[in-house]
Amino acid sequence: MDPIFLKVLLGTMLLASSAAVVGAFSYLKQQSLVGDAIAHALLPGVVLAFILGEGRHPVYLIFGALVAGLVAHYGISYIQQRTKLKSDTAVSLVLSTFFGFGIMLMSYVQRLGQGQQAGLERYLLGKAAAITMLDVYTFSGLAVLLLVGVGLFYKGFQLMTFNEDFAHAIGLPVGFIRLTFTVLTVLAVTIGIQTVGVVLMAALLITPSAAARAWTKSLPAMLGIAALIAALSAAAGTLISSSIPKMPTGPWVVLVLGMLGFGSLLFAPEKGLLFKRRRARAHRAKTLRENLLKLLYSQEERQEKSVQLSLKGMMEIRAMRDEDVRRGLRDLMKRLWIVERSSTSEAHGPSYGLTEMGRVEGRRVVRLHRLWELYLTERLGMAADHIHPQAETMEHVITPEIESLLIKELGTPERDPHQSLIPYENE
Amino acid sequence: MEKSIEVHNLTVSYHSKPVLWDVDFTLPKGKIIGIVGPNGSGKTTMLKTVMGLLKPDSGYTEIFGEPLDNVRERVSYVPQRESVDWDFPADVMDVVLMGRYRKNNLFKRITKEDRRIATEALEKVNLLEFAHRQISQLSGGQQQRVFIARSLAQQADIYLMDEPFVGVDAATEDAILKLLRDMKNEGKTVVIVHHDLQTANEYFDWIVLLNTRLVAAGPREEVFTKELLQEAYGGRLTVLSKLGDLIGSTEFPLREPDFKEDKPE
Repeated sequence: MDPIFLKVLLGTMLLASSAAVVGAFSYLKQQSLVGDAIAHALLPGVVLAFILGEGRHPVYLIFGALVAGLVAHYGISYIQQRTKLKSDTAVSLVLSTFFGFGIMLMSYVQRLGQGQQAGLERYLLGKAAAITMLDVYTFSGLAVLLLVGVGLFYKGFQLMTFNEDFAHAIGLPVGFIRLTFTVLTVLAVTIGIQTVGVVLMAALLITPSAAARAWTKSLPAMLGIAALIAALSAAAGTLISSSIPKMPTGPWVVLVLGMLGFGSLLFAPEKGLLFKRRRARAHRAKTLRENLLKLLYSQEERQEKSVQLSLKGMMEIRAMRDEDVRRGLRDLMKRLWIVERSSTSEAHGPSYGLTEMGRVEGRRVVRLHRLWELYLTERLGMAADHIHPQAETMEHVITPEIESLLIKELGTPERDPHQSLIPYENE
Repeated sequence: MEKSIEVHNLTVSYHSKPVLWDVDFTLPKGKIIGIVGPNGSGKTTMLKTVMGLLKPDSGYTEIFGEPLDNVRERVSYVPQRESVDWDFPADVMDVVLMGRYRKNNLFKRITKEDRRIATEALEKVNLLEFAHRQISQLSGGQQQRVFIARSLAQQADIYLMDEPFVGVDAATEDAILKLLRDMKNEGKTVVIVHHDLQTANEYFDWIVLLNTRLVAAGPREEVFTKELLQEAYGGRLTVLSKLGDLIGSTEFPLREPDFKEDKPE
């Protein structure tokens, strides 16, 4: 690979990572929109720096962006504090005004017919191929500075995001921390627009954190994963856009980010949608199993002997779907909780009976059902004819830990509210 | 009587609508003190003003005879549980360690000593086994105890707690109460915003009865009388609240912001 291109590639990865790390705190503060507004507001600052600086030296540009960003940020706060406008209104107001002004300035520069105008356009949607080596070095330096800044202010940012009143109360310099955070955000956006441009900047600030949050519950890990996701997206965007002529980088970076983001929401453990669906399915299977065991156990209890029932026989006692019962029985046989006994009548198909292991399980479910019914009547004062449906649900949910709490609180009761014996394991 | 908190002619407004009018009282040291009053009576505003989180329109507060900034490290604050997003990526230990943050260690790493103190605080609220549990997975009572542990980790002399008994189960309520009494026995002062009259009588040694203005402040036996309670809880103070609405809607400045009434130099 061309060494210059490699430097650009590594540079954009670093830029995107640093923007994502700062953006993580905006995301946690639920101020995603503010980053978007600042990004759009940078445009007039950047163009003005271009006009006044007679060229596009990155230092002018950073300065212009910083001023525009700070003005926009404090403009939003001012409107929020001094008027009755809602904060989203204040944000949109500032965003559109600044952006409109920026576009106006850009057309002005275009009319002047300056040759470098093409270089300005990259701030709209990003164009990695147009980045100069000087840009790469300057912005990479700034990115490192940003990461060091977040490291230094980690405690302050963490507490400001989680509980600002407390930060105030213990005497932290909240105003100073907030100012630092604002400056870092504006710098992060200035850096980020090199890769994705102002229009799509919000995605680079927010999406990596939203995706990372699905994978971890610790703040340092979240920052790390967000940085990684941003770097990967920036690399993909840079590679794709530089292999296709006239292709902007921003849309590709954001597209890859979006895919990683949705992928995280789908596949992440615990918080992911697939995981939740699988967990729901596992619970349904458990419910089905336990209902069948309970059915067999109650029949044994009633007839005071071991019982075999055919599929039809079970469905006569409890309304269930045929295919559900078949699936449940297969599951139970695999666990050796029931066995197929020699069929008594060919017409009804095979009969099934509990094994000793299955009996213990069935007894447990019946016990939980009755304990919960008793708890509902005794502790929550519910009428005895209203408690059955609730117990039907809870018997599949109560853990052994809660079970022992229930038994303790109810004083190892003998009978449930319907006077049925509560079956315990033999001591 | 040794003084803990002094409040002098305090008037505070939210969005230019007055919530506290000319409140004036002094609290003793080493007691469990309840700030009691109906909803919207300015209890939380009172606490936040003492903590410097709200700027008063007039009047001032002092702690241990000094402005708050001189004694910050001796003062601990427990905000309302609902005031933070419990989905924040942090575990119990992370939150309790926040009690060790100071202005002068903001840029420093957390020390072993900080961890030791935080562990002790968790032990006191009986949450040690939950040290590495995600805060989003805690029950309401556990969240409240995490906040109290964080406050204990500050090792302060006075504790200001905003509604620590809201949304906690009976067992937690007893545990918190026992802890507060232990703290009192160690000579600490505890000030609690509380809205439940039923329990206020048994919890507190000293009561500040508030309803936008000060109804009464003093030892429980003196304040917890039928007449005073009726005064605080019996109906809204129509004239005062009407006036408050009026001031809020027209945005009159209630007093000149730099007007300091009898503030001693």
